[in-house]
Amino acid sequence: MEHIELFFKSIFIDNMVFATFLGMCSYLAVSKKVTTAVGLGAAVIFVLAVTVPMNWLLDQYILRDGALAWLGPEYAEYDLSFLSFILFIATIATMVQLVEIIVEKFSPSLYNSLGIFLPLIAVNCAILGGSLFMQSRDIATLGLALNYGVSSGIGWFLAIVAIAAIREKIRYSNVPPPLRGLGITFIITGLMAIGFMSFGGMLTGGDDAEVSEVQTAQIEKASEEKEMINENTASVEAVEVSEITQQ
Amino acid sequence: MGLKQNLHKLKEKYKGTKMAPAFNAIHTFLYLPNETTHSGGHVRAADDLKRTMNTVIMALVPCLIFGMFNAGYQYHLALGDIQAVSSGFFSSEFWNWDNLVIGLWKVLPLVIVSYGVGLAVEFIFAMIKGHEVEEGYLVTGMLVPLIVPIDIPLWMLTIAVIFGVVIGKEVFGGTGMNILNPALTIRAFLFFAYPTWMSGDKVWVHGAVERVGQPDAISGETILGSLAQSNPAGYDWLDMFYGFIPGSVGETSTLLILLGALFLIYSKIGSWRIMVSAVVGALIMGFIFNSVVDAGIITETSKFYGLMSTEFWQHLIIGGLAFGIVYMATDPVTASQTNKGKWIYGFLIGFISVLIRVFNPAYPEGVMLAILLMNVFAPTIDHYVIQGNIKKRMKRLKVKTA
Repeated sequence: MEHIELFFKSIFIDNMVFATFLGMCSYLAVSKKVTTAVGLGAAVIFVLAVTVPMNWLLDQYILRDGALAWLGPEYAEYDLSFLSFILFIATIATMVQLVEIIVEKFSPSLYNSLGIFLPLIAVNCAILGGSLFMQSRDIATLGLALNYGVSSGIGWFLAIVAIAAIREKIRYSNVPPPLRGLGITFIITGLMAIGFMSFGGMLTGGDDAEVSEVQTAQIEKASEEKEMINENTASVEAVEVSEITQQ
Repeated sequence: MGLKQNLHKLKEKYKGTKMAPAFNAIHTFLYLPNETTHSGGHVRAADDLKRTMNTVIMALVPCLIFGMFNAGYQYHLALGDIQAVSSGFFSSEFWNWDNLVIGLWKVLPLVIVSYGVGLAVEFIFAMIKGHEVEEGYLVTGMLVPLIVPIDIPLWMLTIAVIFGVVIGKEVFGGTGMNILNPALTIRAFLFFAYPTWMSGDKVWVHGAVERVGQPDAISGETILGSLAQSNPAGYDWLDMFYGFIPGSVGETSTLLILLGALFLIYSKIGSWRIMVSAVVGALIMGFIFNSVVDAGIITETSKFYGLMSTEFWQHLIIGGLAFGIVYMATDPVTASQTNKGKWIYGFLIGFISVLIRVFNPAYPEGVMLAILLMNVFAPTIDHYVIQGNIKKRMKRLKVKTA
């Protein structure tokens, strides 16, 4: 259940492009044709799927506060989290190099059409963002980290494929000259984000229900206490009344 | 012939100037143009863009008239002046002068502002860009007053219409080029910019906002709103079907929307594929949620219970689902263009609308956002359907040549 929820949450609700506007540079630049967009999207899914779990391991066993405790008790107090950026980027750059070699070997045409943007995945903010969100959102297990990487990648993939299809569709539109190219793409992105806002705040209802249950429980407790107090005062009054009548 | 001749003379006089498209538009809107095409082969058909638009408007008029009566009816009902309708759809308790007066007073300004502002923007753009005025706004201008709450301030409507027409349509090059339905862009703009005027229990009945906090306060919660809070709907299903319920101006009467749908399908303007598949999608999603409730996975303590336990077919007659499916999902510009794509597109609209209704407490009405979302993905669906066809034919070709 946890896995399914995280999966849909990171594809639709926390979509990398439309909720956090990360990875915009390659998203805007490589979305002219659907086929290249699919290629880049697949590369991003792969890189995210590999780097997020790897960085999760790094974070868990080297970087976070007290993570080095497995080396011995004298290391338990080290907090290396200031190194996260540099180590995360190192992992990402290595993985991107790997992807580049693989793509060049197996699909030279895709390699040529992606051009400079394939190595530039290394500095794609969606990739580093994936690792940093993983760190700041305290993803609990390695499985969840893998899930998070894959599903944010799929979210980015969907976004770039959708905008590539739209850009192919509007290629023959009579867009005002000053807006042609990037200008209209930015506007489309904004309008697409409106479409994706349908998911904002989704699935929060369940948590609210739990919270309100807790609250009602507290209120019930409080009212019980109040009643008890009332009963006490009532009995005190009764005692007083009886004393008065005795007098 | 007098007016036509005069318009024609004006047109000749202003030919080649910035004002020409404006006179042209008025001329061709009222009469058949004098010019005829002389060269080349061309298709003769009666249903040009303007006739198509007018057909949709004709299908919308019953909803508009009903919306006017309903505005007054909800107002008087909330004040306690009249009793709820008890004797069927044609009851004189509903169709009377008192109700219509309130409706005319509140709804006509919405229509006038929507058309006035929208057409003004269209005219300005036509003059700047030097092309003919396009008829694309005719339907949008009719849809907009029908999908806003009755008491929306006119200045908000003005801003939203300008946004919708400029950003939603003109920057893409005008009619037929937009990627999102302009009417829904306008509604989404209003919804996210002025949420207090677009949702809650105070905006659906005329006069409710001004009376907040006073002794004679009134409120009209929509059915979706009360269900989202797990309160009972409080209306008979026949009332929901006839449309005697609070809601946006023209979306309430499922009966009249059904008539409009039949008219659109008969005149081949609206795509029956999208309508059927969207209804099927909504029914299936509603059925899944019903089964979840029956299986006891979601209990009454959950916040989702109210809408999840609503019987699956009732999703079609409450809220704007029917209106959205018939008049907005079928927009030929923003929907999928391929037949197979239309099935997928419509199905997902119905499916996601009910999903958003149930799971997103922030937006009790999901159909607007579901259609916008599917508008975004419609070109992607088309692309893959076309690629699939190309692949199939390539295979056939190979078999033949081999």
